[in-house]
Amino acid sequence: MSSSAKRIQKELAEISLDPPCNCSAGPKGDSLYEWVATLMGPSESPYAGGIFFLDITFSSDYPFKPPKVIFRTRIYHCNINPQGQICLDILKDQWSPALTISKVLLSICSLLTDANPHDPLVADIAQKYLQDREAHDRMAREWTKRYAQ
Amino acid sequence: MDFGVDDDDEVYTSEADEADVGTFTAEKTRSDYEVDFRVLDAHDIRTMQHDRARQVADILGISTEHSAILLRYFKWNKEELIERYMDGPETVLQKAGVITDDSTAPRVMPAPAGFCCDICCDDEPGLESLALRCAHRFCRSCYEDYLRKKVVNDGESRRIQCPATHCSVIVDERTVERLVPAAVYTRYQMLLTRTFVDDSPQLRWCPAPSCEYVVKCDVPQAALRTVVPTVQCRCGTTFCHGCGLEDHLPCICELVKLWLRKCADDSETSNWIQANTKECIKCHSTIEKNGGCNHMTCRKCHHEFCWVCLGPWSEHGTNWYNCNRFDESSSKDARDSQARSRQQLERYLHYYNRYANHDQSARLDKELHTRTEKKMEEMQRTSSLSWIEVQFLRVAVDKLYECRMTLKWTYAFAYYLTRDNQTALFEDNQRDLEMAVEALSELLEKPIDPTHIKELKQDVLNKTSYVAKRRETLLEDTARGLMEERWKYQVTL
Repeated sequence: MSSSAKRIQKELAEISLDPPCNCSAGPKGDSLYEWVATLMGPSESPYAGGIFFLDITFSSDYPFKPPKVIFRTRIYHCNINPQGQICLDILKDQWSPALTISKVLLSICSLLTDANPHDPLVADIAQKYLQDREAHDRMAREWTKRYAQ
Repeated sequence: MDFGVDDDDEVYTSEADEADVGTFTAEKTRSDYEVDFRVLDAHDIRTMQHDRARQVADILGISTEHSAILLRYFKWNKEELIERYMDGPETVLQKAGVITDDSTAPRVMPAPAGFCCDICCDDEPGLESLALRCAHRFCRSCYEDYLRKKVVNDGESRRIQCPATHCSVIVDERTVERLVPAAVYTRYQMLLTRTFVDDSPQLRWCPAPSCEYVVKCDVPQAALRTVVPTVQCRCGTTFCHGCGLEDHLPCICELVKLWLRKCADDSETSNWIQANTKECIKCHSTIEKNGGCNHMTCRKCHHEFCWVCLGPWSEHGTNWYNCNRFDESSSKDARDSQARSRQQLERYLHYYNRYANHDQSARLDKELHTRTEKKMEEMQRTSSLSWIEVQFLRVAVDKLYECRMTLKWTYAFAYYLTRDNQTALFEDNQRDLEMAVEALSELLEKPIDPTHIKELKQDVLNKTSYVAKRRETLLEDTARGLMEERWKYQVTL
């Protein structure tokens, strides 16, 4: 078994045994390298009550290269674009081979609670976040209701 | 041809009594527009790094190996390193990943009981493992994989950090050497050399594709307003050491940048629109008057107005074709601004057309090169001249190309010069060179008359040496002007 497969299997065992709060993850089908994850909107965020689906793809270089994580559910968030791509440092240059999928999911959870409007992927949402937080949250709740429930 | 250069090489080095072998200076007696430079190869770069490291090692009283790591960490800024080191040697050494006490160096050892590698999740007892001083322990094979991917795939060298999340401890060179295969370590060292060149302002890689030489030139960045440091690599490529672009004598780097930006953006399109069109006062459509009388009817909104004063046509009564508002101050202002803008555009186009023309001709001259080859063969067949004796044609074509490039940049330079006597002199020189170039160009384009080859040769030789002389004069004078700050520019630099 390749080293990446071994490591992914280990992570799978860990995540099924002791899943991080508000998330779950596992292989989509037969391939160990294609996962699907679900994330519950954090209660203290405008995404509360929503269930978000994510696709996770591991490369054969894993864990030396970060996994690809993409939102499958539409979300109103300044660091996540309409294609579902996520702007998160640990998924790019700050990736470390010692990180795991459950740590990544936790980071995404905290990104939902605390957006990073100073490094936005969707500029107009970031602008709204900074200028009119209430309107931003209203919009986010509305989208959550429409797409994630 | 390469042998010639190499020969020169050695002559110069021995004459200049240089310590480094395989370097050379531009020319023995250099003109005002030339600068001293040396072409370095990989070996020279290594020697240079080593010398610098030894120098710092002597000052700080540490080993050469450690000072090299420190210098790399400080991007070869010796002064900053020494200052910071004096403030607190321990912190500096730690930050740069230097291990002074060999007993504390990271060692591959069997993992302690209960160890599980965070990367591969292996927890076999007795697994070979390694940790830097941050104590983040990983198994040996994961460490090796990690380093190999960083070096081979990401091209990182100087600042490879511990694999743990957000840990900024740097993996030292010895550890890299100990863990990775020889081929990877060679690449690692090559990358370190590359950072040395990138971090040293006096060094620049030759921009030619797959050329591996480095050119060293001591003209500082601050002097680029008074010098155009044009250098020639051992591979034959001529380029500007200041900005890395093609040879742009006699124009200084800053003006080159301005000029290229001006030519690239289409601000001139809007200038044209400003100069040649007016707007309908009612719907603001842009209108170009391409004939007819002054009675304008807008196609879009059918507003009728006078082209001259832009007032409504209905107010003109019977004074058609002879607008009595012509001298009103408001329309006069509009006319003045239009005239100014048109003049500016014309001025730009004057210089741009000549610039572009020489650029294109220079490119065509490259084709001339191939045709000349044929001509040279033909000449050998039809006359008693040998291959060596027909080389003059190729020399002439090369010179022609060089002069065209120079001429091209004189137009960019002249565009930014203010009108004064100095500029008039510059333009005289420019004209002389241009005339000489065109004469030579014409001669080279002409078909060969086998009965007059002797005369042709004489003529080409004369004209070639004349254009070389004209180019020399122009470049010398411009360079001196730059040094004396004689040139006044229309833009503030």
